[in-house]
This record gives sequence, structure tokens and C-alpha cells, in this order.
Amino acid sequence: MIDTLFTNAKLVDPEGGTVITGALGVTDGRISAIITDDTPHPQARETVDCDRKHLAPGLVDLGVKVCEPGERHKESFGSAGLAAAAGGVTTMVTRPDTDPAIDNPETLEFVIRRAREAAPVNVLPMAALTKGRQGREMTEIGFLLDAGAVAFTDCDNVVSDTKVFGRALSYARSLGALVLGHPQDPGLSAGAAATSGKFASLRGLPAVSPMAERMGLDRDIAMIELTGARYHADQITTARALPPLERAKQNGFDITAGTSIHHLTLNALDVADYRTFFKIKPPLRDEDDRLAMAEAVHSGLIDVISSMHTPQDEESKRLPFEAAASGAVALETLLPAAMRLFHSDHVDLPTLWRAMSLNPAKRLDLPCGRLAIGAPADLVLFDPHAPFVMDRATLQSKSRNTPFDGARMQGKVLHTFVAGHSVYKRA
Amino acid sequence: MTFTHRHLLGIEHLRQDEITTLLDLAEDYVTLNRATQKHGDALAGLTQINMFFENSTRTQASFELAGKRLGADVMNMAMQASSITKGETLIDTAMTLNAMHPDLLVVRHPHSGAVDLLAQKVNCAVLNAGDGRHEHPTQALLDALTIRRAKGRLHRLNIAICGDIAHSRVARSNIILLGKMENRIRLIAPPTLMPSGISEFGVEVFDDMAEGLKDVDVVMMLRLQRERMDGGFIPSSREYYHRYGLDAAKLAYAKPDAIVMHPGPMNRGVEIDGTLADDINRSVIQDQVEMGVAVRMAAMDLLARNQRALQGGAA
Repeated sequence: MIDTLFTNAKLVDPEGGTVITGALGVTDGRISAIITDDTPHPQARETVDCDRKHLAPGLVDLGVKVCEPGERHKESFGSAGLAAAAGGVTTMVTRPDTDPAIDNPETLEFVIRRAREAAPVNVLPMAALTKGRQGREMTEIGFLLDAGAVAFTDCDNVVSDTKVFGRALSYARSLGALVLGHPQDPGLSAGAAATSGKFASLRGLPAVSPMAERMGLDRDIAMIELTGARYHADQITTARALPPLERAKQNGFDITAGTSIHHLTLNALDVADYRTFFKIKPPLRDEDDRLAMAEAVHSGLIDVISSMHTPQDEESKRLPFEAAASGAVALETLLPAAMRLFHSDHVDLPTLWRAMSLNPAKRLDLPCGRLAIGAPADLVLFDPHAPFVMDRATLQSKSRNTPFDGARMQGKVLHTFVAGHSVYKRA
Repeated sequence: MTFTHRHLLGIEHLRQDEITTLLDLAEDYVTLNRATQKHGDALAGLTQINMFFENSTRTQASFELAGKRLGADVMNMAMQASSITKGETLIDTAMTLNAMHPDLLVVRHPHSGAVDLLAQKVNCAVLNAGDGRHEHPTQALLDALTIRRAKGRLHRLNIAICGDIAHSRVARSNIILLGKMENRIRLIAPPTLMPSGISEFGVEVFDDMAEGLKDVDVVMMLRLQRERMDGGFIPSSREYYHRYGLDAAKLAYAKPDAIVMHPGPMNRGVEIDGTLADDINRSVIQDQVEMGVAVRMAAMDLLARNQRALQGGAA
């Protein structure tokens, strides 16, 4: 018998590209029935009436920073897990840019244990590509894979020594490991707090040309051609980087690319009078770039949308813009912010769910991210139209550095399930 | 009187008539400063604190003198030597000073936007004495007053700003102010010292002095800010002087009555020829220093009036 039957739901199917009203059954933590016609509903132990709201695969967020080990006061697995559940994120793929970096199996095991104890959602950790994220020596990629690392990345530290990077890519390839790169020319982007242009010049901020991203991507593509590695660009944020990405895909390289929700919904002018919650890395871009990114998500050239959740405490943000820390929390605002793209008719719901759920799952060989028989019942029930004014005091994260504080948003997560179990329900 | 601001953080926030109001008042203070009895009472009983997070002799002295001539109690704080080195944040420092009830805070800081941030956290009037590469409003105002007195007007002039524009807050404030007063602005610099997006500023851009200086009324030289450079913007000081340093030969391209300005301190023989800088027929550099005190007196006077009106209104 079916454990839970979700009835009267608008089922968002990223694989089929459809939104169809129907019912979905869950048995033993997996999807066991999908009914979209007039056939009578089977027996179930429990029935959840979805009231014509949307039911979709839970989000798979590639690139979440949880500040364990090192800075638990900014974010712990407990608080990040609650934030994820409240945001409809059922799988967090975590970053290794902690202090110390997650660059050895022992630290990775600590992280996995902490995540299992404290987080109500799935946590899959990434590990550093080089020791200490220093770009000098590759980590124990084999041991780390055995210990559970799902991908390897030095995050925003670009491995600038191409010999080291090439060796790490070759070695990773021999193990079938996925490497995440941060496409950025480190020389041009050093010290930058904004994207170069009139706004940055008027504000007197040190700035980086958008060309630095294309240069970084061009280099990484050459290295992929050289080594045959599996590669994912963590954030593509400028229109200039899209043609080389498209060519690399056409050439058959094993390359995918992501972008952040902030680069899809905000632009450089949002910084206004030095608002440090809008300081992220890479910096916010011009409106033309934002629109190009939205179009690239729509066309599928950009595969993945991530929150790039980066908790920072008040102290590290209450500083002059140049001196303030980069990053924004976004686990809880990922879905409502993505709804802006839906409401502005840039991207439809199944395409958004491809980018936020199906594609990252596929890239990491995970069975989730789809509404299919046998897939894990990681689900989010949401109302894409429900309006609200974002109040950062309501966030579950320990750090509340969201650029959307006070913003009018549409799209509320109502109920989140991991393996069929409720992990969040809106009061 | 039209000047309603609580702080003076940048020229960006000022309207044309507000700039004129401030310059008109400064004229009165020029007269006062030239008299034997130099005391006014516009700031009597008020406390002015000068917080300089960056080295400055000239600007700090100018603000100090301006405050004292108007009767304020003036305190100077050299912030590099103080709590910053003990790890205190800018905001904590501001809150501490705020608790001492100052009426005017004059702030210079190496980071763009730092003075705006500070102004959000204190109850008194804040004057920006230069923040990073962002703005230096009193410098632009004193330059404007100097031009107005030398040329008899502050509109429809051809004004060239030459040199290290990328690193200069003086250039930014001047571009905004002179633009608001409807002048034609030319920027002359090697491309490496030009800020990005410059073509959208509503200015003409040159990388050649002869071309850029043609028929200008005012030549504004900027200091080469070697302390803000991380290397490699220009090949050498001597090549820079050869191509961009202002001397009599290059000045000959400008109008015969063109004036020469420099915000100081000067690098003689780098951006400007020493003899030219001292030529009282062309150089108004000493006038700029004099106007600086008067403009700062006017700015603090106006802010103090607004603050009194605000407190009176609240009572």
C-alpha cells in the first residue's frame, strides 16, 4: 500500500517539461505512483491534499557553504539544514572553503558525521582540489572519493599554476571525479569589489573587467581539452563567457556550467550606496549580463542555478564596501527569487527545475531531481504566486546577510519532504 | 537660503543652487579671513572633531583653522595611531565619538564609502574630507570658488582635468560639480590612469596633452598618487613628465589667459613644472589653499544652521 498520496497537485516535471494536475504516491521513501488521468486514486495510509499548489522535486543546491569546521557561529549544519528545508532544498552539496579547508579524508568524515547528526536534509560534501586550497599540491582525491566527496573544487581560489591544475584534472579524470572550476583570471580580479564600468568608477570601487571571467573560462576549456576531465564551471555571470562555453559544449567536452541566483535577479546598480549585503563574488554585473544569463538558463546553455549560499556575520559586513566580506545567504530565498524569472516570463517552471534540481542531480549521478517512479521522494510543495515581503529576521540561517531584505517577493515554500518525510511545514 | 542637507558627503547629492549658495557664503568668509580680526561666531559653542584615517596635513589644517575661526572647539584625532590598530571597527569608533556629543565630524578614510557608512551611525553633521577614490567635496567646492573668482563665472568654461584620474577622488568630485554647473570637461590621461566606463561620464577623453589642452580656460592638474598604485600604471616618472607633465610649452596650447590649478601636494617635475607652478600670472594654486579655508567655513556654517533648525524643530 502507498504510504503517502499527494492529491490535487500541480506536478512540475523537469524531465517531461510539463506542469500537470494529478496525484503522486510515495512508498518507502520513493515515488511509487504518478496519476495524471481520471483513474481512481489507490489506497494510501495518509493523504495530503495539495489544494492545487505546485509539487516539484526538491532543489539540489550545488555550492552551499556551511561554516563547519571553523566558523560555526556563522552557520552550522543544524542551522543550514533548517534553512535548506525551509527553502525547499532537499540536497545541499557543500563547499570545502571552510577554515581549515576540507582537504583530507579525516576532515571530510567529520563533516559527514556532523551533517548526519544535525541536518534534516541530504548533505553531500565536496572536497578541495588542492591542499589547503593553496593551488600547489593536489589533495588525496582517491581517498576523498572513497570517503564520500562528490566533487572537487578550490572554490573561489583559482588554481593559477596551470601545471598543478592540469595534473589535478588528469588525476581526477582517471578516477572519474568531477572538478568544479571558478572561471576568473586571478590577476585581473585581484582586489576587485565591483564590476568595472561607470557605476564602479563613480563609487570609487576597485573593479574587475567582465573579460576576466572569459579569460578564466578560456583557460579552463583548454585544460579540459588537454586532460579530458569532467568539469563544471561554478558560476558563469557574463555574456562574454557564453560563446566559448557554447563552443566547448559543441566540441563534445565534458563541461557544464552554473550561475548564481543573485546574478540572475540583481545587477551592479543594486549596490547603490555601498550596500555590503550586495557584495558577492564574482561581483554583480550589468543588466545586459543579467538578461543574457536568464536567456542562457532558458536555452539550457547554463545548466545549473545555485544559491551560492555564503553566510557572513554582521561584523564582517558592517565595514566599508572594499573591506567587507563577500557572499550572501540564499538557501531560503533561492526558490522565491527564481520565481522572479518565472513571473517575468524569462524561464518556465519545468526549465527552472531542470536547472535547480534535475541537472545538478544528473551531474553528480544522483537519483533525485525528477518526478519518476523509483526516484527518492524528495519533494517541495510551493505556491509560486503567494506574495510576501522578505524580512531577514525570519531566516533560519545563523547569518542573515541576504540582499533581499525588505524586497517584495512571490513564491512561498509550503512543505518540504526528504525521502517522503516532512522536514518543513509552513505554519 | 537653499541648502537643506544634514551632511556633506559628496557633490553628487548637491543641486546647482545649493552649490551657488555655498560659494556665495564662502565669499563672505574670504573677506573675513583677509581682515585683521578674523573671528566669526557661527560655530560658537559647537564641538568639531577631525578624524583622519589617512595622512593629511593640508586638509586637516584647513578644516581646523576653519572651525577655530568660527568659534568651534576643535579636536584632531590621528586615527592611524589610535584604536584602528587595536582592531576596533570603524563603526565602533564612530559610536564612541558620537557618545561625546560632537556637532561636526570631519572624516577622511582610505576606503570609498566609509564616510557614508559612518554618517549613518552618528547623530551629528558629517563632512567628507575624502573617502578612498570616491569623493572629496570640499576640494571641488574650493576649486569652483577659485575658478569663479579668476574667470568671473562658473559656467560655459572649457576645463581640462589632467593626470591620475583613476585614483583621484578630487577628479570625481570636480567632474560632478563642473558638470552640474554646465561646463565642458575634458579628461587627459594615459589610458592606464583613466577609470573604466569613462565614456559614459559626459566628458571628452584625450590621451594627448596638446590635443586635450587646445583652447581650454582652466587646466586642473592632479597629483600622481603613487601610494594608491600597485605598480605598473606608467613606465617611469620621467616619461610621464615628458608626455603629461604641465610645462610652459604644453600650456601654450591652452587659451592665453588659462589658469593652472593643482590640489596639492605637488610632485614638482612629475606632473607639473616647478617654475610654472610658482608663476603668479598663471598659477592659482595658492588661491586654492586660501579658498579652501573659506569654503570649509561656509560648509560647516550651513550644516550647523541646518542642525540647529533640526534640533529646534524637534524640541
